[in-house]
Amino acid sequence: MSDADATLQPRKSGLTRRQKRALSRGAQYVVFVAAVIAFAVAADWGRLKNQFAQWDLVKQMFPDVITLALKNTVLYTMSGFVVGLVLGLVIALMRLSPVGPYRWLAGIYIEIFRGLPALLIFVFVGVAVPLAFPGTEIPGGTYGKVALALGLVSAAYMAETIRAGIQAVPKGQMEAARSLGFSHARAMVSIIIPQAFRIVIPPLTNELVLLFKDSSLVLFLGVTLEERELTKFGRDLASQTANSTPILVAGLCYLLVTVPLGFVVRRLEAKAGEATK
Amino acid sequence: MTNTSSSSGTSTPEIHVRDLHKSFGDNDVLRGIDLEIGQGEVVCVIGPSGSGKSTLLRCVNLLEEPTQGQVFVGGTEVTHPDVDIDAVRRRIGMVFQQFNLFPHLSVTENLTLPQRRVLKRGKEEAAEVAAENLERVGLSEKADAYPSSLSGGQQQRVAIARALAMGPEVMLFDEPTSALDPELVGDVLAVMRRLAHEGMTMMVVTHEMSFAREVADRVVFMDGGVIVEDGAPAQVIGNPSHERTRHFLSRLLDPAMADVEDDVEEGEKGL
Ligand SMILES: Nc1ncnc2c1ncn2[C@@H]1O[C@H](COP(=O)(O)OP(=O)(O)O)[C@@H](O)[C@H]1O
Ligand SMILES: [Mg+2]
Repeated sequence: MSDADATLQPRKSGLTRRQKRALSRGAQYVVFVAAVIAFAVAADWGRLKNQFAQWDLVKQMFPDVITLALKNTVLYTMSGFVVGLVLGLVIALMRLSPVGPYRWLAGIYIEIFRGLPALLIFVFVGVAVPLAFPGTEIPGGTYGKVALALGLVSAAYMAETIRAGIQAVPKGQMEAARSLGFSHARAMVSIIIPQAFRIVIPPLTNELVLLFKDSSLVLFLGVTLEERELTKFGRDLASQTANSTPILVAGLCYLLVTVPLGFVVRRLEAKAGEATK
Repeated sequence: MTNTSSSSGTSTPEIHVRDLHKSFGDNDVLRGIDLEIGQGEVVCVIGPSGSGKSTLLRCVNLLEEPTQGQVFVGGTEVTHPDVDIDAVRRRIGMVFQQFNLFPHLSVTENLTLPQRRVLKRGKEEAAEVAAENLERVGLSEKADAYPSSLSGGQQQRVAIARALAMGPEVMLFDEPTSALDPELVGDVLAVMRRLAHEGMTMMVVTHEMSFAREVADRVVFMDGGVIVEDGAPAQVIGNPSHERTRHFLSRLLDPAMADVEDDVEEGEKGL
């Protein structure tokens, strides 16, 4: 801490705003570190280490945890994101449609799927859909099911985000396009939606982070060994070995992706904030 | 410059507005407008804020749907229920007070995208037409710039070029210089003046009296949703026959009350 304190000393007399902020932040860090130390002293590290940090178990997980589990997590997330994005865009446009029934349908979808736990939607896709339509297969096997489930989960949120983005595009843009002879649909595609997407990139990236975590719900669909993603992979290994180290490793793998993504989101948000100034 | 020889009477007017009404709810904004604009004629529309000038202009290209009455452009009734609105609008260029350039596209793309998507022109033709029209407004060197990097005056000239690139028969201008810093107004007016001399049919809502006086074939004074006065600039601006016109002009020319847009109501009350 003494290092940090030293850097907090103002070089010139008087504190700039930045330095004041650094100082107050420094004070907060001190409190935080004290809390962590207290916690660390109180915890039983021997037992924790035994349960969560078995080095040979860690080694045993590689490379599969990356080449199989993380890869599958990313695949599930991306496919779910794409489905959600397309569905979300359609629902957003329906929500903005002058046609009443479209608006109502979109509104009902949003209310239902925004209010349901993702887990229920996975169960629904895994159980109810095959039961309701016997003989039909969701294309793509597990990958298709996950894409559908995650897509259904995220579409409601994305639809609301995209709708807000479209409405944030100034009215004059549509008027200019229409006065040039664009049809409403063409103006949407060429002029409005590209601008709306710039606005919604940060919240959509945020949604990507949420989906990344929700992809763990795949384990409720029943997957083969080859289809396991991080959570399932970690849990299976943990129960095989009666040790929780694999869970910890799986968690770190999530953070490996979500932390940089979160960083990107904040950068994008800062940039978007600047642009609107 | 002040005669109307090319206009009404001899051939069908380029723009013909007949008994036009427009209400927003129970706000009767246009209350029976009759107006003819001949081919190649330049008509300036003046009047206090809220008198319905923009609404009139927007009814001509159907950005607003008239409540009653007819509008003809180039002999086509644009208010006819079966008309292809998009096809009509291709023939009518519109320039807005706020420019409304597409911010996600470069200057050139602002000009080429509408040509390609709407007129289905090929890449090269669109680029050629874009270059021509940028040249016309004196902004060839900004072809690759983005709108946000341009001054207001430059943006407005690009907006004019964008409309011209579609090859319109008629150009509508809704207070094209009102959002501009005073020193940038001249460049935009110069472009419009040249366009007028080239024979473009133009309907211009403006507060620039010197422009109206010098360039317009006719000046139309609107107030309260009706046309109060319609005639040669020298007459309407120089020697108005209606008290309302005189009142409007005196306030417009009085520098102490230069901000016409904001003080209309107060001015009315103050009488
Ligand atoms: N889209 C609209 N909805 C409701 N009222 C409107 C709309 N557009 C214009 N108006 C009303 O119509 C009147 C005339 O507006 P406008 O044509 O813009 O006048 P001007 O251009 O002469 O200042 C104003 O009272 C305005 O509030
Ligand atoms: Mg107006």
